[in-house]
Amino acid sequence: MSTDVTAKSPAPAPPGRDGPEAGGGLLRLMLDGLRRNMRQYGMLIALGLIVVLFAAWSGGDLLLPRNVSNLVLQNSYVLLLAIGMMLVIIAGHIDLSVGSLTAFVGAMSAVLMVDHDVAWPLAVVLCLALGALAGSVQGFFVAYLGIPSFIVTLAGMLLFRGLTEIVLKGQTLGPLPRDLQKIANGFLPEVGPNTNYHNLTLLLGFALIAFVVHQEVRDRRRQREFALDVAPARLFALKLVALVSAVLVVTLLLASYKGAPIVLLILGVLVVGFGYVMRNAVIGRHIYAIGGNLPAAKLSGVKDRKVTFLVFLNMGMLAALAGLVYAARFNAASPKAGLGFELEAIAASFIGGASMSGGVGTVLGAIIGGLVLGVLNNGMNLVGIGTDWQQVIKGLVLLAAVGFDVWNKRRVGS
Amino acid sequence: MAGPVLEMRSIVKTFPGVKALSDVTLTVRQGEVHAICGENGAGKSTLMKVVSGVHPHGSYEGEILFESTPCRFKDIRASEQQGIVIIHQELALVPYLSLAENIFLGNEHARRGLIDWNETLRHASELLRRVGLREHPETRVADIGVGKQQLVEIAKALSKRVKLLILDEPTAALNDEDSGKLLDLILQLKDQGITSIIISHKLNEIRRVADSVTILRDGRTIETLDVKAAGTTEDRIISGMVGRDLEHRFPERTEHHPQAGAAPALEIRNWTVHHPIDQQRKVVDDVSLEVRRGEIVGIAGLMGAGRTELAMSVFGRSYGRYAGGTVLRDGREVRTRSVPEAVGHGIAYVTEDRKHYGLNLIDTINRNVSLSALGKVARRGVVDEHEERRVAEGYRTSMNIKAPTVFEPVGRLSGGNQQKVVLSKWLFAGPEVLILDEPTRGIDVGAKYEIYTVIDRLAAEGKAVVFISSELPELLGMCDRVYTMAAGRLTGEFSRAEATQEALMRQMTKDKEVTG
Repeated sequence: MSTDVTAKSPAPAPPGRDGPEAGGGLLRLMLDGLRRNMRQYGMLIALGLIVVLFAAWSGGDLLLPRNVSNLVLQNSYVLLLAIGMMLVIIAGHIDLSVGSLTAFVGAMSAVLMVDHDVAWPLAVVLCLALGALAGSVQGFFVAYLGIPSFIVTLAGMLLFRGLTEIVLKGQTLGPLPRDLQKIANGFLPEVGPNTNYHNLTLLLGFALIAFVVHQEVRDRRRQREFALDVAPARLFALKLVALVSAVLVVTLLLASYKGAPIVLLILGVLVVGFGYVMRNAVIGRHIYAIGGNLPAAKLSGVKDRKVTFLVFLNMGMLAALAGLVYAARFNAASPKAGLGFELEAIAASFIGGASMSGGVGTVLGAIIGGLVLGVLNNGMNLVGIGTDWQQVIKGLVLLAAVGFDVWNKRRVGS
Repeated sequence: MAGPVLEMRSIVKTFPGVKALSDVTLTVRQGEVHAICGENGAGKSTLMKVVSGVHPHGSYEGEILFESTPCRFKDIRASEQQGIVIIHQELALVPYLSLAENIFLGNEHARRGLIDWNETLRHASELLRRVGLREHPETRVADIGVGKQQLVEIAKALSKRVKLLILDEPTAALNDEDSGKLLDLILQLKDQGITSIIISHKLNEIRRVADSVTILRDGRTIETLDVKAAGTTEDRIISGMVGRDLEHRFPERTEHHPQAGAAPALEIRNWTVHHPIDQQRKVVDDVSLEVRRGEIVGIAGLMGAGRTELAMSVFGRSYGRYAGGTVLRDGREVRTRSVPEAVGHGIAYVTEDRKHYGLNLIDTINRNVSLSALGKVARRGVVDEHEERRVAEGYRTSMNIKAPTVFEPVGRLSGGNQQKVVLSKWLFAGPEVLILDEPTRGIDVGAKYEIYTVIDRLAAEGKAVVFISSELPELLGMCDRVYTMAAGRLTGEFSRAEATQEALMRQMTKDKEVTG
């Protein structure tokens, strides 16, 4: 959101000077900005390249409106988990239990709604509470009893998987209420005149564009007010154009099919919300602080135990949400649901810039990391690469992403 | 005089955006102890990393001659093969391995991949004897003190047939007694023909062991002096380091007016703390003291006297197991059972170990400064980043923190500037009582002076300051009153007029039997 990174050193070329070398100057500005912000932009560019690669390889199938829609739906649960996982990793911990917890909550939701005819809104609330409870029990062990999170959540991983099978008696349980399915699989309602596009999606897209532009401009103006260095006008304009066109393309793609999936809206709200909290809220700061240097944070008066506890509670709740979405999407709870999701979420976080030692990472990074994995999955399916090779390739991508990050950090750092 | 063993000519080393060494020439003679001093950021450590191959050949410009042959080390191993061994400030020992295993780590006595334990232990005991360490070679490193660990590092260096030993601030973490032993050892090694380079901030140490001293400033060699020559005084070295005549090492004292009538700002009564693991042991034993507004009160003591333990346990029981005692603020008893409670009562504790307990090194200046009082730049739980930035910029200017912007990661700053960030963080919390634990440890003379000025200003503003330090001149120069501690007990109290180094030291070395 902010351009504060560009304030690190004086602008390499005088902004707003016109002349024969103006084009070259802009390119230089871009490259310079890029070089200094490798960490932030590196993965975004990698994502772009992967999209282009598979779009070309699949003969454009990847970017068919139907497929883009599908991509969002397919990856929504892992992205939900990645948001929470990123917070856990920033705080200096890990959560291995989320895949099993996803399955367990899915199972409980099916038991509630199918076996006991509980109304679905009530079931959703109960399930989220269950997730929060599971997360907070693990958080209690980690934060207040000081047991390493790896061990606590490894136990949780076994425990919740076992409970899932017990609850479901090894069977698949369904179907689920139609309204709930809609949330996981459905799209925003159709309104207004026929424009060949999905009106509400267009409207939302335009609102988002207006919001982004407004935020960026306001940020820039406030930086000016505080007499801080701002990015050169050309670079700023370029950034705005890139942002706006990215949002526009996705909006048009979605709007020319059935519109924006409801899950996308939920995800969007969560990303913006958690991104804001991590960036601007006191608790977000405290999460970074305890991950970066726990003893220093303690001596600064940060209530480290409470913060750790809340991070795990939050993870449990997001796992519950993922479990609900997963069950609703497949219209049944299965004992094998969510297998390996914890690893996908962890991989997404690390691809998105988290550090094993904590204290580093952004929510947006986790989403980008998750999308890298998602597009890879989807793209490789489209071009017919088998699941065996898919795993090999995903493993290599994780290694390459983290390797690049480490290399880049060393290059800048020393 | 013997010829040069090491010659470095016109060394230039550039990091992205910074010129760390811009023209350094250094000549070290065979068999001498050569001191290198300079302010933090002067380039001392970088220079030593160039010599030892941490920065490989090709990453710097200039020429290095060792025993008259040009050197092109590509890593540390290459320089060690030539007999150049560097001992870093942060010790590089594995705590859970034995002394013998540590000494030969990477260099094991082994045949076909299997360790020859007899030879290992025999050789290790020999080396340990040589450094004067009476410990069994199978003792774990974790079980011996820092002073002894430093000796193990030297034994390790000796095992590599060292010709040139480089020590980067070897006594920074040691108490006076251990420092003395270490310096004696350096002199002994000198008699055995081992040349040493010692980086140090402590001028008395330099005078004691060094033959010559090279002063660096801003990445350049300023001069090399013969320590034994008549003109080489401490003031001469200091002025070379800071590039100006430093008449006074302490700021001109503002007249403090401790308000005698009012209740003390901070009073500690009968404070007792037990060791966190060994709960029979009293680390702080029945300590009572008081500090008034506008007063700077020193606490002197040797390592292990319980000064830090006292301070940290008062500050939200951050150390050990509380076993009794009360804290009073302005005459009223207050609860300081957690850090937030202590901060809430206007107490701040500036740690002696800024890297581990003071700062989040991977985070930026502004975020470190605001951490202890985020509420002040936040509304309804949301941080106002612009306001935070303004606050941090304010401290960057007023504390003279040398960094391009407040978005610089704190880990990249020099020690003195890091210390200023820690101080800023606690000033921002707006405390009435500041407990400063070794606020000038490991920082250069110029930065020390700046920090003294800040402390003086705080007292003039009516804050109560507790000043814990191992450097007696500093306490004598700054404090209105000084308490001494030994073995967890308060052993003396001196007014500014009564306090002399000798008098303080006598009380600091008092044993329990004498007082009890």
